[in-house]
Amino acid sequence: MGLENTLFESLPDVVTVKLDAVINWARKSSLWPATFGLACCAIEMMNSVSARNDLSRFGAETFRASPRQADVMIVSGRVSRKMAPVLRRIYDQMPEPKWVISMGACATSGGVFDNYAIVQGVDKIVPVDIYVPGCPPRPEMLVHAIMMLQDKIMKESVKDRRDTYEPESRVSRVPGTMPVTEGTALEREWEARVENEDAARPYSVPSKHEKRRSS
Amino acid sequence: MTEKLHAYVDKLKAKDPSWVGEVTDAFGEVTAIVPAASIVDVCSFLKNDQGFDMLADLCGADRGPEEDPRFEVNYHLFSTVHHSRLRLKVLVSEDAPSVPTVAYLWKTANWHERETYDLVGVKFEGHPDLRRILLPSDFDGHALRKDYPLRGYEPYSLN
Repeated sequence: MGLENTLFESLPDVVTVKLDAVINWARKSSLWPATFGLACCAIEMMNSVSARNDLSRFGAETFRASPRQADVMIVSGRVSRKMAPVLRRIYDQMPEPKWVISMGACATSGGVFDNYAIVQGVDKIVPVDIYVPGCPPRPEMLVHAIMMLQDKIMKESVKDRRDTYEPESRVSRVPGTMPVTEGTALEREWEARVENEDAARPYSVPSKHEKRRSS
Repeated sequence: MTEKLHAYVDKLKAKDPSWVGEVTDAFGEVTAIVPAASIVDVCSFLKNDQGFDMLADLCGADRGPEEDPRFEVNYHLFSTVHHSRLRLKVLVSEDAPSVPTVAYLWKTANWHERETYDLVGVKFEGHPDLRRILLPSDFDGHALRKDYPLRGYEPYSLN
């Protein structure tokens, strides 16, 4: 009955297809977002996976608490200057391939918080794939953003995600030496090391991922 | 209504007249102005002898650049023994914004004093670990001062 009967009648045993199409299809069909709720947008993000909106229909409902297991970071809410290095670090900890959704007005542009404490747009810290407007955006808008991201993933090519050679690639830092651990012996050690470097802020150093994007 | 609270202020005065300056009584609350040099002695007396065992809050305030003294540090004491509240106020000038720490009397004062230092810029002498607590360590200025610009001193950019 059904698909099994008709498939073998209409298709040959071996099908040739573009490698990009298969890989991208696999990637887009199982997006695992990292749990990164920062403010009220996170409530809408939670709602988007709940029974009413059911993000799992589009294969992106598995929110992971560990960035090592995630490939989409949904930045939902305002990012404070103190949170910026933490956010960058979580982004760096996510394995490739990875994408970023900037959810809401605050993450996108600072929103109403045009002041000393809030980063004026998360794209100053990490490369953003999809911007979602709204304050906060409705869950449907986030679902739509995921679907737009899936469309974007289908247009990618595996060739673009090859590693760049060493001089171009990002200088890796020893874990625990970012400003998150300020005031500790590790930070003083790190400051002594980067004293003469131009890139004193590690989260301003572009990753391999960003180099590719800009080129 | 505030006789009970005034009794504690009178005890302070009896102990050492230089401890208490102006005393204000408003909305059922009593505030005593204490010179910065004797704040540790006053707090220690109130905590150990008068039962004010809890520091409910410690906060700084900026009265504005034109005022002198410009800053004040408020100590909100509470007694879990006799359920009364007393406010101490230390006035600090802009030239030497410095107050002795009470972090060794109440552990909670450690972070409250760090917050006051971070946002208002009052330094606490003898504090065990006086560094910024809310703002990033490379932050320029003190954000809750009246003359601090809303967007900060430099155009904010991570590039």
